[in-house]
Amino acid sequence: MSSKNKADVKPVFNESDIEIKPIYAAQDVEKSGGTSGIGSPGEFPFTRGIHRLMYRKRPWTMRQYAGFGKPEETNERFRYLIANGQTGLNVAFDLPTQVGLDSDDPAAQGEVGRVGMAVDTLKDFEIAFEGIDLDEITVSLTINGAAAVLIGMYFAMARKRGYDVGKLRGTAQNDILKEFIGRGTWIFPVEPSIKLVGDTILYCAENAPLYSPVSVCGYHIRESGANPVQEMAYAFCIAKAYIDHVLDRGLGIDEFASRLSFNFDIHGNLFEQVAKFRAGRRLWAKIVKGEYKSSNPRSMWLRMIAGGGGGGLTIEQPENNIVRGAYYALISALSGTQTMALCSYDEAYTIPSEKAARISLRTMQILIEEMGLCDTVDPLAGSYYVETLTNQMEEKIRAVMDELDAQGGIVQAVAQGHIQSEISRQAFENLRKLERGEIHKVGVNCYRTEEEEQQVEFHPFREQVCAEQIKRLEGIRAKRDNTEVKRALDSVLADAKGGRNVMPAVIDAVESYASVGEVTRCLVDAYGRYDEPVRF
Amino acid sequence: MTGGKRDIRVLLAKPGLDGHDVGAKIVVRALMEAGFDVIYTGLRKSPDQIVRSACDEDVNVIGLSILSGSHIPICRRIKALMEEHGLEDVLWIVGGNIPKQDHEELKKLGADAVFSVGTPLQSVVDFIRENAS
Repeated sequence: MSSKNKADVKPVFNESDIEIKPIYAAQDVEKSGGTSGIGSPGEFPFTRGIHRLMYRKRPWTMRQYAGFGKPEETNERFRYLIANGQTGLNVAFDLPTQVGLDSDDPAAQGEVGRVGMAVDTLKDFEIAFEGIDLDEITVSLTINGAAAVLIGMYFAMARKRGYDVGKLRGTAQNDILKEFIGRGTWIFPVEPSIKLVGDTILYCAENAPLYSPVSVCGYHIRESGANPVQEMAYAFCIAKAYIDHVLDRGLGIDEFASRLSFNFDIHGNLFEQVAKFRAGRRLWAKIVKGEYKSSNPRSMWLRMIAGGGGGGLTIEQPENNIVRGAYYALISALSGTQTMALCSYDEAYTIPSEKAARISLRTMQILIEEMGLCDTVDPLAGSYYVETLTNQMEEKIRAVMDELDAQGGIVQAVAQGHIQSEISRQAFENLRKLERGEIHKVGVNCYRTEEEEQQVEFHPFREQVCAEQIKRLEGIRAKRDNTEVKRALDSVLADAKGGRNVMPAVIDAVESYASVGEVTRCLVDAYGRYDEPVRF
Repeated sequence: MTGGKRDIRVLLAKPGLDGHDVGAKIVVRALMEAGFDVIYTGLRKSPDQIVRSACDEDVNVIGLSILSGSHIPICRRIKALMEEHGLEDVLWIVGGNIPKQDHEELKKLGADAVFSVGTPLQSVVDFIRENAS
């Protein structure tokens, strides 16, 4: 290119600060690391996908996030989604449940059943999953701080209904380290929180080998202000922290790594996201094989849920979010995700309406049925641009991981609040760029329409949910065998204090209808509470 | 004290159980950049803790960031406590994803301003500068 022509186009950088050329050719791929890492789908290093035939064999699982009010209302929404072709469930819990409080806790007032389903005891799970075949529909629990208790409750419910926990599939989010960075439903200090994640991994490895006890989330880190490279790098560092912890407790890498999964974000530049996932898949496989000496390819798989990207959606002109959601779904499909969950167009305002949830489902179904997204595996492979970017993203993710390790590692960085501070600074700078017009967002800082009517219908919140939940909880407390409950809770406390795996005692306790709050209080008595570092 | 006028001290709080703090932290930075003294509470503070901090820290602005939908019950409680502690003169602002139809109710409760998602940071800074005493 002559210097004159060069001056004709302005330099472009993607969010990960990689300069994007107007034209890519074979030599760009070569210069960035070549084609030797592309490989074949289903084979190490899995750049092109973890399965050989990917969606040709089975489309991605469709798993919209849902839950609100009482378990009865949530059960109704679950059945609606399944009737409309959804193939997995993704359970939203209310905030009291997420932070381990019962509905009658003073701190829960005003929040019961608001952003998700209220759960106090096993009874609530029995109602929420009534009539749903847990072999047919896999269930993902979006729970973190109180994950050990809710996973225990799910197993207890399944067992009570006659399912073999040893064959039960499903996922819990259970990624506490990212909760300290973003999302904020922590309960215990950092170290015992990791120990609890370890307890669930060890328990599942032995008793529920098909269950995925952890879904490591780059998603919320990205939503909190990280760029796509940091999203992957921090998620991998977090996953490694859990792996290191479990290895220290005596398990071998191939006894549990195949059940780890990931949750990533989509919004932003299409090609950057696709390259991020292809690069991430390759790098994760190399880490598990190279650093952890795994010999089972399944342990090396980067299994993931993707499709959401709440940070990309806007409160302005909400119907534009339907279009954004469709592109995010396209990106997820081009990226080889295992499970897809889209943010609904009204989600910046409210709990998705039935209509909004159905549009999200239909968006995925249109891709599957009409657009040919399932016909061929990794269709962007071999593009000079995508392969160059994949190489570059891998190198950058690795570099961020190395830098963090050199500074003392992710656990320390989270405990001291350094990552939180760095990411919130980036979120602030991004908003400033948006306000200055350096980055564009349609309907927000360009193509605005003046004072449009708000087209979104609000999800009605029933104030009575709280009173009804409390009434049910009181009824259960009066009816259950309280001697047995006390014995079970004493065991939880003793095992937690003794540094033993708390899962068996937790399952016993919830099985005897001990409440989420009661079990959590035992754990707090043993582990203490997290004291959030505030740093700017 | 600068120029005879008291420095503006702001308590920015996350009441309730909501863990969404991206917006709150952005506002903290914008207010610090504008030269205000800002105290950020961190997550999950009860109305009692917030109002007590406001008294202890002798602030002239209380800002609440709420994205869980529980803004009305929380603000009812805050209002009662502010009255109890004689904080009627403290400027009270609320931000987050507050639906338009709830703005009036919050103002009736005594909030001086409600800033929805998408409010330019400068508007928040200007409002505080003009109204905090």
